[in-house]
Amino acid sequence: MPAEQQPASQRQRIDPYVGQYAQRAVGMVASEIRALFAVAARPEIVSLAGGSPYVSALPLDAVGEMIGQLIAGHGDTALQYCTAQGDTGLREKICDVMALEEIRAHPDEIVVTVGSQQALDLMARIFIDPGDVILVEAPSYVGALGAFASYQAQVVHVAMDDDGLIPEALEEAIRRTAAAGRKAKFLYTVPNFHNPAGVTLAAGRRPRILDICQRAGLLVVEDNPYGLLGFDADPIRALRADDDEGIVYLGTFSKTFAAGVRVGWAVAPTAIREKLILAAESAVLCHSSFAQLTVREYLITQPWLEQIKTFRELYRERRDATLNALDRMMPPGCQWTRPGGGFYVWLRLPDGVNSKAMLPRAIASRVAYVPGTGFYADGSGGQHARLCYSLPRPDRIDEGIRRLASVLETEIQLRDDFGPAADIH
Amino acid sequence: MSDLDRVVVLAGGLSAEREVSLRSGHRVRDALAEAGIDAVVADADAELLGRLRADPPSAVFPAIHGACGEDGAIREVLALTGTPYVGSVASACQMAFDKPVAKALVAAAGLATPPSVTLPRETFHDLGASAVIDLIIGRLGLPLYVKPSRGGSALGAGPVHAAAELPSALLSCFAYGDIALIERFIAGTEVAVGVIDLGAGPQALPAVEIVPGDSGYDYAARYTPGKTEFYVPARLAAPVADEVARIAMAAHSVLGLRDLSRTDLIVDDTGTAYFLEVNVSPGMTETSTLPMAMEASGHSFGATCVNLLKLAAARGA
Repeated sequence: MPAEQQPASQRQRIDPYVGQYAQRAVGMVASEIRALFAVAARPEIVSLAGGSPYVSALPLDAVGEMIGQLIAGHGDTALQYCTAQGDTGLREKICDVMALEEIRAHPDEIVVTVGSQQALDLMARIFIDPGDVILVEAPSYVGALGAFASYQAQVVHVAMDDDGLIPEALEEAIRRTAAAGRKAKFLYTVPNFHNPAGVTLAAGRRPRILDICQRAGLLVVEDNPYGLLGFDADPIRALRADDDEGIVYLGTFSKTFAAGVRVGWAVAPTAIREKLILAAESAVLCHSSFAQLTVREYLITQPWLEQIKTFRELYRERRDATLNALDRMMPPGCQWTRPGGGFYVWLRLPDGVNSKAMLPRAIASRVAYVPGTGFYADGSGGQHARLCYSLPRPDRIDEGIRRLASVLETEIQLRDDFGPAADIH
Repeated sequence: MSDLDRVVVLAGGLSAEREVSLRSGHRVRDALAEAGIDAVVADADAELLGRLRADPPSAVFPAIHGACGEDGAIREVLALTGTPYVGSVASACQMAFDKPVAKALVAAAGLATPPSVTLPRETFHDLGASAVIDLIIGRLGLPLYVKPSRGGSALGAGPVHAAAELPSALLSCFAYGDIALIERFIAGTEVAVGVIDLGAGPQALPAVEIVPGDSGYDYAARYTPGKTEFYVPARLAAPVADEVARIAMAAHSVLGLRDLSRTDLIVDDTGTAYFLEVNVSPGMTETSTLPMAMEASGHSFGATCVNLLKLAAARGA
């Protein structure tokens, strides 16, 4: 169309509310990384990325029958509102689950949440004002970092090694925070089969960590989604078993039953618990009765302890496949953790190789992982990658590691040619 | 014109632009529904051929971006199955999707395009990256713009303002492909010009002016609503608006494109317009420029998609 016939230029207002969003929404933009993960969902890709449990190992027919009976027998309750604290019968069963980790708790001490992710959000909601300091491990669970960031916390990472959180590093972080005239609101820790690091807090360090926190008056948030998925021993005694006043314990059925039911819980000292209930009420009024009763019925009618054993054996086999493949195929300069349970291996790449910059090439080679940068509040961690072995079959894991090794070889050559890689966004 | 009782919108694919493609595909499907045409969205996966065989569509609307969608592969397969489709034939896509090839062809036709160098990563490795980089800067100067020779959505692409930034930019580029196109950076007004052909010959749509924020027109700026401002028609002097339309039409013609295309250009301070690249499967998302240009010129997005499908169905495989 000739220009003189065109109408006057108009600005296209795709988002008429731009400029009105809260400061915390500024970083909510489209990202290359999320775009790449969209590809990882295709079956051609060996995805070592998402931390999804292998729910296909559940007795799905039996669960389906159980749900049918639940609706037939208790539909008027399962399809109705409930209290914000959660179903009493479920909370009683949760006490049985926590007893495996030597936690003695009363059902009244429990608040049911939408997965443990909502418990993280509620903890952030009732504790964090913008700029407040939260101590977390280095690296830390990406979902927790997201929850803390949405309340504009200042996250301070505390170093870990193969035995988990380093007590001296924790002391130093507390000292530095105090020296800056600040006080951390709480320590967030995943002591067992850490996400993403795959390590477990050593037994010898546990009393020391608790002692440091108690002396500093520092609340501990113990997030324990993988505690019952250890491969080599009985469940590890929870930190909460040794301190019922200074710890908020978070649990979930996402890994031991089904992530899709979105049922988790928090055990908290009285004052905190009351605030969690009120915060939950304002967030969701109450949680899904149907989901809660599904879990309750599962714990009452199904062999859930046997199912956990099934999961443990399955994940052990996949962990072994992962470590075996890494041992055989990774190029020199790589290091990785050897998890005793859970879902994750934390892979350290050769110097100058950046996992975030490498991801497009990996996806093109049909293998996916999570770059380490997601597990640090400041976006560092590019020299690491999280490998999750829970979902692919062992032969696919082997193939995925083979592809990853090939990608790494190319990346090392690129590093040698051009120098260290920078992040993509 | 043919009836459209079975329409398939192809979206997804395995390239890094999968997410964008899915958004484009769903938007095309929704626009078709508003125009009274039921369509299904299908991925280019192992089930596609069975689906096409079992229930041959009246026509297919390819909305797959990046490799497979724009390199001609999926269109070659559609042709093999005898399926009518909207858009350019495979051989034209192969030329258009390869940016250095497209630049060479439009330059040979007398259109301006930024001076550039195209090199595979092996060349840097074999001859020494530092020496090759010195040669590039010696030839093109600074600033530069580096992008993969094939691909879109600015993935792996970015500006280089200082020599020290070029190695890092090449690394980002090589994450998405093995061949880099390194262009002299032309500062100016970014515009996109759509071309559609509804049966009466190609027609240039009004240019869309793209005004990104400080980080440039990168992936986030392209697909985060509100992060980039668009002006339709572009705020260009009339002769310049005519010129960008002429270039888009010429590129469409020189490359042998069909039905629709989108040419990206930059207009410098003197009013000179440079061809940057052409897209045979342009984005159709809420933040994409082609649907904006259609609407601004009085072509309803949905009705235009319907008309393109009818033409494809009437044309046959």
